[in-house]
Amino acid sequence: MFPLPVTCIPGSPPMSPPDSMALGAHVIDVSGITKRFGDKTVVNGINLQVDRGEIFGFLGPNGSGKTTFIRTLCGLLTPESGSGTCLDYNVLTEQRQIRAHVGYMTQKFSYYEDLSIRENLDFIARVYGVPDRRTAVDKALDRLGLAGRSHQLAGQLSGGWKQRLALAACLIHSPQLLLLDEPTAGVDPKARREFWEELHRLAAEGMTVLITTHYMDEAERCHRLAYIADGTLLAMGTVGEVIASVGLTTWEVSGPGLARLAESLRKCDGVEQVVPFGNTLHVTGQDADRIEAALRPWRTDPSHPWRQIPSGLEDVFISLMGRSSDKLK
Amino acid sequence: MRRFTFHRFWAVVLKEFVQMKRDRLTFAMMIGIPLIQLTLFGFAINSDPKHLPAAVLNADSGPFARTLVAAMQHSDYFEFTREVHTEDQAAKLLQIGAVQFVATFPEDFSRRLLRGERPTILLEADATDPAATGPALAAMRSLADAALDRDLRGPLARFKANTAAVNIVVHAHYNPENNTQYNVVPGLMGVVLTMTMIIITSLAITRERERGTMENLLATPARPLEVMAGKILPYILVGYVQVTLILIASRFFFHVPMVGSLPLLYAIVLLFIAANLAVGITFSTLASNQLQAMQMAFFFFLPSILLSGFMFPFRGMPPWAQWIGTCLPLTHFLRIVRGILLKGSSLGDIAPELWPLALFLVVAMTLGLKRYRQTLD
Repeated sequence: MFPLPVTCIPGSPPMSPPDSMALGAHVIDVSGITKRFGDKTVVNGINLQVDRGEIFGFLGPNGSGKTTFIRTLCGLLTPESGSGTCLDYNVLTEQRQIRAHVGYMTQKFSYYEDLSIRENLDFIARVYGVPDRRTAVDKALDRLGLAGRSHQLAGQLSGGWKQRLALAACLIHSPQLLLLDEPTAGVDPKARREFWEELHRLAAEGMTVLITTHYMDEAERCHRLAYIADGTLLAMGTVGEVIASVGLTTWEVSGPGLARLAESLRKCDGVEQVVPFGNTLHVTGQDADRIEAALRPWRTDPSHPWRQIPSGLEDVFISLMGRSSDKLK
Repeated sequence: MRRFTFHRFWAVVLKEFVQMKRDRLTFAMMIGIPLIQLTLFGFAINSDPKHLPAAVLNADSGPFARTLVAAMQHSDYFEFTREVHTEDQAAKLLQIGAVQFVATFPEDFSRRLLRGERPTILLEADATDPAATGPALAAMRSLADAALDRDLRGPLARFKANTAAVNIVVHAHYNPENNTQYNVVPGLMGVVLTMTMIIITSLAITRERERGTMENLLATPARPLEVMAGKILPYILVGYVQVTLILIASRFFFHVPMVGSLPLLYAIVLLFIAANLAVGITFSTLASNQLQAMQMAFFFFLPSILLSGFMFPFRGMPPWAQWIGTCLPLTHFLRIVRGILLKGSSLGDIAPELWPLALFLVVAMTLGLKRYRQTLD
């Protein structure tokens, strides 16, 4: 569905971009970013470095500050404190230049539902001052596979097609960085897979992508990821590094009467999570010795076979989420 | 399943009340609109306007002119605020709308009255709004006779008998046929502009925020001023199309006289449109959805149409209502439009109405831009 590589987007950005070869080591390099709304600190001292061509996943519960952080990166919000660069432009003072070279896809579909697909792309291309606009829009329509339906109103598109339109619109000015805020919410698995294939193609061409998501399978497709809760970064690294850094122990049990078993297990000391997975339960805790001791009485029951399994990303995140809310209490 | 159950019905009723309580603006509207209407229709509006400002040009040295002026003043219809000495001065006062009437008593008025020659009183009226002048003019005749009744006693009693002692000549300036359409149709221009400009701009901007497209727009290199100006310009053009339509209709269907300068009118329309757009922008920054924007526009529109002098004579309203009316741009625009079209007013003549309009624009624009900036961060 996205057959053409990014280099086929014609034209160069309106303001002369920093030479990509001359870019510093990091496309995003910020430290201590803090944003408050009133007396509520929404983003709390975030340090982040993202390299060129990297797909960086941003995870965290709703209201954890992901969207706000992205808005400070693309110059929609000015952080109260912190410093750094985005595409070698200062995030505090050069927000306008950042906007010209960043493709930002909002959480909610934010193109005009009462304009046709072509009119939407045309409008965005004009706002960014894309040279040779007509060709740029035609190419974008081809990429979308929508050339034949370019006069259809955006409001009539299904979720998956809207998302494709939004991505095409984000790319029309040939940005060097994509900031995608939950782009795949409400999109079916096939469209999501195609979307991710396109992201990896773009990344291979040198595009840097910062994406937020709630889907674990998507988190695992990122080169690196970070977990944020209550505005604070709790973990960062590759999937393996994040799982290892949290250091959970997970046991799996199967057999009859799992619901009742889960109830009793939750009361045990050292057991953090008891999560049903189909016909099994995953029992997770932080301290390997304590959880083993806690499970010992049940492991003697032959109808309930136990085995230790590697912890999943979801276990890690739920554990992190629980810890941060404990801290709040 | 029974057809109608109380608990299901009651669940909906309770839910409606909770939502009503949450939507403060709608709630305020439900209470506020009847209150405003009660106040405006009950207290402010008066179709029998009194205390209309008048000037007197008195060349008479005898007592009867003064008797008549006192009687007119006493009738409450006329409020003599100026005394002039030349016809030019009198004409100027009517032209700029400072007075509604000029009463002229000729030389020898008293002497000729005593001779039984039925001297003439010239009562000139600014009849751009026939509803304002009509009742006063109707009262004039009986008022003059009654006033002179007391003075014409003894040997003078013969003058009062069956014929009127004085001859009252009324000159209804600017609208001699007392044609109401001459007043209403140009006024409609201001009303239509107020309604469409405020509603359309506040909706256009609120819609962009409600649908989330504003965030996208702000993430582009487009500057806030570019976005604002770009959104406003099409509506200014729409406003000019409306003005032109109304002018064509005024000319060819209602035969409204157009004695003044149309270029001047078109120039001032821009000021008026801008003032209304500024109000629309301010509303759009306050409203969180399109319904609220619509409600705010209505809150503004209601007093505008009732207190501006469009529907009811401005001078017939009590001082507090006139004061509110003076703060509304439509009031001044109506006077300007009527002045230019019916009276042929020049830029100098309408200056007293121009600066309040400009002041309103500056205040509304400052408020609007300030609020608009706040919504960004």
